[in-house]
Amino acid sequence: MSCPNDLSRREFVRVSASAAGGLIVAFSLPACVTVSIDQPPTQSHRLNGYLSMSTDGLAMITIPVPEMGQGVRTSLAMLVAEELEIPWEHVRVRQADAAESIGPHPFAGGSWSVRGYWEPLREAGASARQALVNAAAARWGVSPSACTATNGMVRHAGSAEVASYGDLVSAAALRPIPENPPLKPASAFRIIGTSTPHLDAGDIVRGEGEFGLDVRVPGMLRAVVARCPSYGGTVRRVDDSAARQSPGVRHFVRVLAVGEPERPYVPEGIAVVATTTWAAIQGRKALRIEWDDGPNADESTDRLHDRCSALLASRADTYVEGGSVEAALQAAATRIDATYQVPFIAHAPMEPMNCVVVAREDGCEIWAPTQIPIPVRATVARQLELSQDAVIVHVTRVGGGFGRRLSAEFILEAVQIAREVREPVQVVWTREDDMRHGFLRPFSHHRLIGGMDSRGNLTSLLYRQAGTSRYAFREGQVPGRSEFRAGTYPAALLPHYRLEYALAESNLPRGPLRAPGLNAFAFAAESFIDEAAHASDRDPLEFRLALLGAPRELPYDEDDPMFSTARMAHVLRTAADAAGWGAPLPDGRGKGIAATFTFGSYLAHVVEVSVDASGQVRCHRVTSAIDCGRPVNPNGVRAQVEGGVIDGLSAALNAEITVNGGRITQSNFHDFPLLRFSQSPEIRVVIVPSERPPSGVGEPPYPPVAPAVANAIFDATGARVRTLPLRAARVRAAVEAASLAESARRSNS
Amino acid sequence: MVPFLLRINGERRMVEAPGDTPLLWVIRDDLALTGTKFGCGAGLYGACTVHRAGQPVRSCGVRLDEIEDVEITTIEGLSTDGSHPVQRAWVERDVPQCGYCQAGQIMTAAALVAGISEPTDADIDRAMDPILCRCGTYQRIRDAVKRAAELARDGR
Repeated sequence: MSCPNDLSRREFVRVSASAAGGLIVAFSLPACVTVSIDQPPTQSHRLNGYLSMSTDGLAMITIPVPEMGQGVRTSLAMLVAEELEIPWEHVRVRQADAAESIGPHPFAGGSWSVRGYWEPLREAGASARQALVNAAAARWGVSPSACTATNGMVRHAGSAEVASYGDLVSAAALRPIPENPPLKPASAFRIIGTSTPHLDAGDIVRGEGEFGLDVRVPGMLRAVVARCPSYGGTVRRVDDSAARQSPGVRHFVRVLAVGEPERPYVPEGIAVVATTTWAAIQGRKALRIEWDDGPNADESTDRLHDRCSALLASRADTYVEGGSVEAALQAAATRIDATYQVPFIAHAPMEPMNCVVVAREDGCEIWAPTQIPIPVRATVARQLELSQDAVIVHVTRVGGGFGRRLSAEFILEAVQIAREVREPVQVVWTREDDMRHGFLRPFSHHRLIGGMDSRGNLTSLLYRQAGTSRYAFREGQVPGRSEFRAGTYPAALLPHYRLEYALAESNLPRGPLRAPGLNAFAFAAESFIDEAAHASDRDPLEFRLALLGAPRELPYDEDDPMFSTARMAHVLRTAADAAGWGAPLPDGRGKGIAATFTFGSYLAHVVEVSVDASGQVRCHRVTSAIDCGRPVNPNGVRAQVEGGVIDGLSAALNAEITVNGGRITQSNFHDFPLLRFSQSPEIRVVIVPSERPPSGVGEPPYPPVAPAVANAIFDATGARVRTLPLRAARVRAAVEAASLAESARRSNS
Repeated sequence: MVPFLLRINGERRMVEAPGDTPLLWVIRDDLALTGTKFGCGAGLYGACTVHRAGQPVRSCGVRLDEIEDVEITTIEGLSTDGSHPVQRAWVERDVPQCGYCQAGQIMTAAALVAGISEPTDADIDRAMDPILCRCGTYQRIRDAVKRAAELARDGR
């Protein structure tokens, strides 16, 4: 096996004091690096908050963002390595814990990682390079400007002097960290912009990736928690006599609810703590608990449907408006009034929730697959009334995030349990636990009323959304803000528009899921644009391009200041061209297009589907175009688009969480099915070349999938489905209704 | 508790646990081999896939008392150093994203290429369908399976 390609081994640096008071540094080396007995042991030196280097020239980069498959351990390391000027084979990475999580966005979310660290990590690499140059110059008695650093070596132009980074690092580490180091011009990039395999692949294929669930600490017990099936319910009575007899069971802990009684952040529960995970699971099965179903026992998604329908019937709070939409609609040649429905869904990350806690008298140590190590540390410290220094939060590899790990409730729960039993505990959530006791993507209805002029142009839009906003209980925020977050396209393209938001009362827990707000909004908006196009007998691509109009930049929102119509038009055209838009399709097949702008990036999908007689939708091909500014790791960008497509398809075709009697109905993958291998399409990704700074990639591919599929179904069958998920029975019913309508139309004409 | 004598990755290991303990938990907790993952406990996801006498099986659905003296192979036992053709193809094609399902995918693919030297798309669909990937690496998995079969055919 050729070593330079084996980038995946991580080194573990242990530093300990020798008896003589010096530093002894030991680390495990990849098999290809041999150390002869005569060589002195290597030492590691800190160059800045992101970077250490050892005397053999290996760079240890501390990654400030949790890794959940979005590839940050590679893409962020690339930023440092480029400016540091070292061979990629000399890069090693380690994960920051909460205390080491520095920089502008030390959390995994908002598609912020590469774009947020684009400057700071390049500066970190450049300043370390400068420090090495300065050390060499000092050693040689020359000017730093006469020295160049490339590929791990510093050379002096005027003489034969040359030194490796490894030779220089101990001196460099003693120097002040250079500020405002010069950054390389993009033309000099050798790593950034090059497709790079992910560093951890080697570990993962050997089963060595350490996820939260894999953490083991000495003396660790396992716990599972019994929680009331109805959200916010409490324990009325418990009989643990059988559970006590269950092999391996050691403790029972009453978990106290945290937060408002009607919508607890941590629900009340009973933890069964045992010697093994299976023993804990079996112990919980043997518990007899009588629950008081609590304040939400009447809640159901049927009631939410009624609530939202009622809200959509009348004027709601204005979120944003322009022109005079009522007058414009009144004057329109044609009006379309369409209502779209988007269900609750669960994140269902593959690694169920888990947390290891070692509680001490004066602090605690936590291992968790978290997306937000710093807020976790702060929340735990606040809950325990400790300083943050007393709380250590280790960030493990995350087996899928999607937004599910953006909260700390599962960690607070584990901390309670560990403090009670006074032994290290790993709290494990089963799949049923995660599906029924997590927070959900909000439930919403979207009513869009558009007015078209006599030439078939959309000129006015009233968009009224009713739903269970994530910001319902957030002080100082209007509820529409989280659901219309990226809400002004397409409305702001029109002379007359109003976006309205009506909060549907509900205590059911909801929170962010990949492209929050936009993942529902895009289904409604991009389906509606398609309906408007078809109402005017216009091609959906041409209609969108006409709507975007002349190349210009429009103000957007505080996170994404400007929206470029030209860049949006470009991804639409690029995806359409690559997909062969307009070419005839075999019978029974349809193509749909949809595009969104979010987190600074533009993304268009063209989806090709077929629909069988039962209404079952099969997706054959997806062609995607993404403009994300300069792609740092094109391989990684492609992976995120491929993954977003599969994620979007799963949600579009299958995903729905329903609630009855305050209880979530679904429990595992038999009733919350995910897209399977044999159902997955061929995916082609075109990355638009760009010299702009990088913009978001993790979330943009997700929202346009569902509307593109609905648009493709329409193209294939003439049937418009406005409710997610696009299940077979629903699609078949729409096809039948469309067919009846068509027959009626023909017989009346 | 009666101890069970197991054959795991070519070694004999003794485990004391209730006979109805799922093999998945024996592997992860009693044997401290964490490469095999827990995802659903109901045979619906596939991350827990191991080999029982060379055949892929969901270890969450196999009882400890069913596999005494049966050769069990986990991801750790597929090779000593990641050199199995499936592992090499997986790295070459850069398949994993979060990586949580990948041991199950790899074990399944390894059994497939051992059984069929030139698998068709239909063969691959049938074999790989039981293992979910939430990150959506399916297209790369398909590509890597074909590459693994090629490496295996060439004796590499």
